[in-house]
Amino acid sequence: MRLLIALLLVLGLAGLAFLAGRARGERMAVAAAGGNSRLGTIHSRPVHHGAYVALLALAPALIVLAGWSLIGDRFVEGQLIGTLAPAEQPASRNDRQALMNEVRGLVSGDLPTAFNPLAARLAPAYAAASANADLLAGALAVALLCAGGLWGYSRLRPDFRARNRVERLVRAVLLLTSVVAILTTFGIVLSLIFESIRFFRLVSPVEFLTGLQWSPQTALRADQVGASGAFGAVPLFWGTIFIGAIIAMAVAIPLGLLSAIYLTQYADPRLRRWLKPMLELLAGVPTVVYGFFAALTVAPLVRSLAVALGMTDASSDSALAAGLVMGIMIVPFVSSMADDALTAVPSSMRDGSLAMGATMSETVKKVMVPAALPGIVGGVLLAVSRAIGETMIVVMAAGLAANLTANPFSSVTTVTTQIVALLTGDQEFDSAKTLSAFALGLVLFIMTLILNIYALAVVKRYREAYE
Amino acid sequence: MTALAAPLAERGPTDWTSTEMTQRIARRYRAERNFRRLGLLALLVAASFLAFLLFTIVRDGWTGFQRSEARLEVVFDPAVLGVDPAAVGRAGGDRLLATADYPALLLATAAQLGPAADTLSDAAWLDLRETLQADPTLLGQRATIWVPVRSSIDLLAKGKFDLSAPSDSRGVSDEEVADWRWLERENRLRTGFNGAFISGADSTEPELAGIGGAALGSLFTLAITIAIAFPLGVLSAVWLEEFAPRGWLADVIELSINNLAAVPSIIFGLLGLAFFLNIAGLPRSSPLVGGITLALMIMPVIVIAARVAIKSVPPSIRDAALGIGASPLQVVFHHVLPLALPGIMTGTIIGIARALGETAPLLLIGMRAFVTDVPQGVTQSATVLPMQVFLWSDDVQRGFVEKTSAAILILLVILIAMNSLAIYLRNRFERRW
Repeated sequence: MRLLIALLLVLGLAGLAFLAGRARGERMAVAAAGGNSRLGTIHSRPVHHGAYVALLALAPALIVLAGWSLIGDRFVEGQLIGTLAPAEQPASRNDRQALMNEVRGLVSGDLPTAFNPLAARLAPAYAAASANADLLAGALAVALLCAGGLWGYSRLRPDFRARNRVERLVRAVLLLTSVVAILTTFGIVLSLIFESIRFFRLVSPVEFLTGLQWSPQTALRADQVGASGAFGAVPLFWGTIFIGAIIAMAVAIPLGLLSAIYLTQYADPRLRRWLKPMLELLAGVPTVVYGFFAALTVAPLVRSLAVALGMTDASSDSALAAGLVMGIMIVPFVSSMADDALTAVPSSMRDGSLAMGATMSETVKKVMVPAALPGIVGGVLLAVSRAIGETMIVVMAAGLAANLTANPFSSVTTVTTQIVALLTGDQEFDSAKTLSAFALGLVLFIMTLILNIYALAVVKRYREAYE
Repeated sequence: MTALAAPLAERGPTDWTSTEMTQRIARRYRAERNFRRLGLLALLVAASFLAFLLFTIVRDGWTGFQRSEARLEVVFDPAVLGVDPAAVGRAGGDRLLATADYPALLLATAAQLGPAADTLSDAAWLDLRETLQADPTLLGQRATIWVPVRSSIDLLAKGKFDLSAPSDSRGVSDEEVADWRWLERENRLRTGFNGAFISGADSTEPELAGIGGAALGSLFTLAITIAIAFPLGVLSAVWLEEFAPRGWLADVIELSINNLAAVPSIIFGLLGLAFFLNIAGLPRSSPLVGGITLALMIMPVIVIAARVAIKSVPPSIRDAALGIGASPLQVVFHHVLPLALPGIMTGTIIGIARALGETAPLLLIGMRAFVTDVPQGVTQSATVLPMQVFLWSDDVQRGFVEKTSAAILILLVILIAMNSLAIYLRNRFERRW
């Protein structure tokens, strides 16, 4: 809260610095014009002078405040613990954290009374110390702000290149925002690899990648090391491929491809105007809605179908229900990829075939689809990558039992289902069970990455072939 | 066929009127018609699936906006409430009214419902308190108020049970049916608009649960998402399109963005869990962490849309601005960006709609917490609309089915509105050069 006030104060002062710099710029400009009210020839516009002063004022103050918000509290905490007699000092890091949490709760008023008498004693000292420290940091920030602002202000001259300096900084900021994408990728890769390595210290990668038994429920005693359940992930990989790449694609490829052909070759513009948004609407429905629909409406239908077919052990969370709904979800995606691929086929090929007397369907089947095949295949691969990463439908409609079966009416589980199941129950930190979710995430990330890179390369090569 | 198989030189002109040829043409035209029908059929299958989905959700969901209430004749007896009437008028009287013993009053009043006394919702006393707080002069007076009933009675009143089925398989007990019949006979039951559903937060009781808390959580989360993703996305698109020197850095950034756009959303949840919660120590289940995670997820969408929009601004605009002395940054911020803004907004709205419907990454950072309070800030525990749908769909109580569908309806209406806005912006403001 105090930090927020300091931030607002700093921003306000920087605003004043901007106004002062701009006013000086305007005065210089008027002076250069020989006292006329028109702007004369100075190197930079007044607004650049203002921005230059404001940036010089703001940058050091913001750095101080940001640094303080990161380490300030820990600093105060260390000081406070240091004042305690050695016997009273918390033994472990956890104790210390619990104590400080209680102290903070008391100070902020979230906790009405203290359980630990030590916390009650420390609370007033903590409040005072942190208020003092915050005040100090705020004062330092404001002092730096004034110094920076004054220095910048003193540098303003009619021929001062304020604009170039300001623009160089803005371009640096632009570059920094672009680097966020790299940092995110790195963050993902590092966090997945880091936690996966910890997992592979407990379970061998060979067992993880080739084992046929998956039961992550670990031993009775939490402190047992190595006595974990079985972590053979093959049934999960199979379930993921079975639902996402086989059943869902069996629905999505014919429906998506045929509707793309109909929309691009046959539909008259009026019909197209209605049908295309409908497909887009299908793509805009949140996956949790599909999941709810799959679990509540489709799964019972599939189950009664299985019973009607004479299956006695029909599962109510069958692979078929999840795969069917996932396939429908993917249809717009396949359709728009196929649409792009078909429209990229040069119209001379289509016209040539039609001019030879082939019907439209013959042209589509014998000329356009073969010509567009690389694009279509690339689109299908992207769709597969999306299907195997899809989470909510399988969490809600597929099961948790890791079965290695090809029966669509029985229950299988997927990588994403297991990640959610492993991480949303009671988490035991550093247990093989929790860490295995990151290893599964790593496998999923690598699988989708390979599919994406390959598919994008295929699509790109295909587009270039016809351009 | 033999005529066609022969070498061209020996072949006479094709006799198109022969039976062989007319049959062949008829066959080809038939195949053409069938193929065409097949394409239409594929579209109709997709459309009917969508229609079926919307139909079941509207059918199950529209009753979620209603709730059944029972009529009670209440005497606000100060003795039962444990309130001194003289003290109410003085300072602190409001507090007295807020903390009075309403459950006891409800217990005493419910007796008038005879056999159906236990059909009132557990939280019905809140309505008594609300009535008295709104009008303190009612103390000691008689009033008629309507209070919510239990979910099973509510569902009976809405006709959700098949009463012809045997009592052990229809999901509702004989006593409850009798209670409901009694209430109907005595004309003490009405079904009205459920305001608590719109404004309230989650509850373990279906008749009290609302989506207000989740909607506010969504709002907080999206505010964080927009505040981060929009500037980052647009600025990095500007850098990539206008300033990036050809070289490895631009290539790496471009590759990262294209890959991030296709990374499964749950992976972002793992990043949020490992980095923002475990390393940075940000508060679990909070809109802050959810918003940052979703911002990283939709940033590539915004970057890609913004790059396309910036690229479509013709170079002549840039040349003209440069020609009259604008600096490269002035060219971009004064001329290119305003012209590209419709395209950028379209992409941003589509990205935000995706963030609004997203559930999986938020599951991993703990936004599935059961939150009975409307969140007050971005660092407190909260849940979001799609997560509320997920949580309710998991609940075994039958009353939550209609609540889930009703929440989905609200979510879909918001999403369709956002997507329509995006399409409108695209059609209205996008210029073809």
